[in-house]
Amino acid sequence: MSAHPLLEVDGLRVAVRRDGTALTVLDGVSFAVGAGQCLGIVGESGCGKSLTLRAAMGLLPPGIERTGGEIRLSPRAGAAPCAVPPGQAAGRGLAMVFQDSHASLDPTARVGAFIADIVRRRTATSRAAARRRAVELLASVGVPDPALRFGSYPHELSGGMRQRVAIALALATDPRVLLCDEPTTALDVTLQAEILRLLDAARADRGLGMVFVSHDIAVIRQIADVVAVMYAGQIIEMGPAPDVLDRPRHPYTRALIDAVPTLDGPIGRFRPIAGSPPAPADYTPACRFMTRCAHHVAACSGPVPGVDGLDSRHRSSCVNTLEAR
Amino acid sequence: MAMITPAAVSAVTPRASGWTRSAAAGLLALAILAAVLAPLLAPADPALLTLDQLQPPSAAHLLGTDALGRDVLSRLLFALRTDLLLMVFAAGLPMLAGTLIGAVAGYRGGVLDAALRWVADIFQALPVYVLLIAFVFVLGPGTASLLVAFSVLGWVVYARLIRTEVRRVRERDYVSASYLLGLSHTAVLFRHVLPNALRQSLVYLATDMGMALQGIAVLSFFGLGVKAGTPELGAMVSEAQLFLRSHWWLAAFPGLTIVILGSSIAALGDRLGDRLGGRPVGRLSGRLGGRLGGRGEARG
Repeated sequence: MSAHPLLEVDGLRVAVRRDGTALTVLDGVSFAVGAGQCLGIVGESGCGKSLTLRAAMGLLPPGIERTGGEIRLSPRAGAAPCAVPPGQAAGRGLAMVFQDSHASLDPTARVGAFIADIVRRRTATSRAAARRRAVELLASVGVPDPALRFGSYPHELSGGMRQRVAIALALATDPRVLLCDEPTTALDVTLQAEILRLLDAARADRGLGMVFVSHDIAVIRQIADVVAVMYAGQIIEMGPAPDVLDRPRHPYTRALIDAVPTLDGPIGRFRPIAGSPPAPADYTPACRFMTRCAHHVAACSGPVPGVDGLDSRHRSSCVNTLEAR
Repeated sequence: MAMITPAAVSAVTPRASGWTRSAAAGLLALAILAAVLAPLLAPADPALLTLDQLQPPSAAHLLGTDALGRDVLSRLLFALRTDLLLMVFAAGLPMLAGTLIGAVAGYRGGVLDAALRWVADIFQALPVYVLLIAFVFVLGPGTASLLVAFSVLGWVVYARLIRTEVRRVRERDYVSASYLLGLSHTAVLFRHVLPNALRQSLVYLATDMGMALQGIAVLSFFGLGVKAGTPELGAMVSEAQLFLRSHWWLAAFPGLTIVILGSSIAALGDRLGDRLGGRPVGRLSGRLGGRLGGRGEARG
């Protein structure tokens, strides 16, 4: 990791505006990603992991906006990150791969032409050079017969091939940080492994910073160096992947890992977490997992210490961390 | 009436509409061919006055001659030219205008969008035919005023359709992504949003073509369309009015042509609607060609 991180998210707050009231859905999310590093964000549906990525990308849906915190992006390799004002797209330097490859490709544009178009806008090269670059990009993500596939429409490609094209599209701008929003969730397991290998290779070859969001702990374990666990709009635990996943400190992380059935684990180890996460309207400064937690103590009702995510040491927001007991 | 089961519908519908479609497409193709080749096919100059006035159909004049001794078949062929060409512009210009207005309003949103909806509401409350006649009357008869009138009154539907679709497509990930990846708003709108927002407008255009054809014929019938003397179907029927009882062929052939053309276009428009309903349509070259060859699945 170089001296400066490529992308810093510091105290990010995002709110949904409805009927004149603002409902905070992301509350003080902080993390940093350096060159060649992959941050995995894991959590259950609705915890705000995708929203975090979209906020960083500047792709928030209408009615949802950034209300606090800073997003800083390194303008060039080796340079200190600069703040991106809210409401403005981080744009250059960031690219995103989406879960649904159908939604991320224009159904009426030939895939190669779409990529070449973006290459051309960015580098102001000739049509022919942009075309060559697009074919190269398609080849680099493992699309067989890239020159032929250049002229295909998205509906003519399989799901795995579409996701490869989507990755080529994201790489077309030479991003420094790649944001991946569950890019493997819609694929079957063998394809999932191939796409993960592909993303990992892109990260290693290009020194990409990567933020990888998934609800699948196995996928996160495979690709991430640093893991952040999100619950109810907050990061509640963060640290190096093996530490967080094998020696979780927050009871929620423990419960999340235990909720995944294993083939080799003892029978009966499959334990769903009782209850459901609070709705954003019920978010309080107290621990939001408290009501579902087997280890809660009186101090849990007080304000919880935040997770300072700007380093990669193993930290948890639990006042009664598992390790401490 | 008994409930129609889905099985019964699918067993009957495709054959019947397939037959209609083939017939309609054949007739329309024939009409277009005749219009294009009119100078070659016409046995005489359509404007040539002769002394053989009001002749019944014969070997010399297959469809007879009119009150000024002009060959009706030749006039009919050249009238096809006039009407089909005018039809394309009378339906295409409003679509062009409406698409541009609707696309920009839908993409930008805000005040522009609100203004469009406001204006569209007013326009849609107005009686189209009355206004069409009033417009041409004020501007003076002629092709130009005909097209202006059609455009002024016709753009609203397209603007509405496109605006709604653009707003839907605009929220797709690839649209925001392509903007973030460095494409300009204009490029995003015209290359990636609009092609995905055209489907309903194309279906409407196909139906609207039939309306335009009839509108042109009707206005010309009232003397508000093409310049007097121009071979045009509606005008031909109008000129034949005096001789309706004694010389039936003067009104019958152009009248029939209007009916056949109008219903062929309407039938094709319906088919297009069935084909494209519920599915994305792309650039015409890329998608329509492939689509029309295959067997369409009906969507509920």
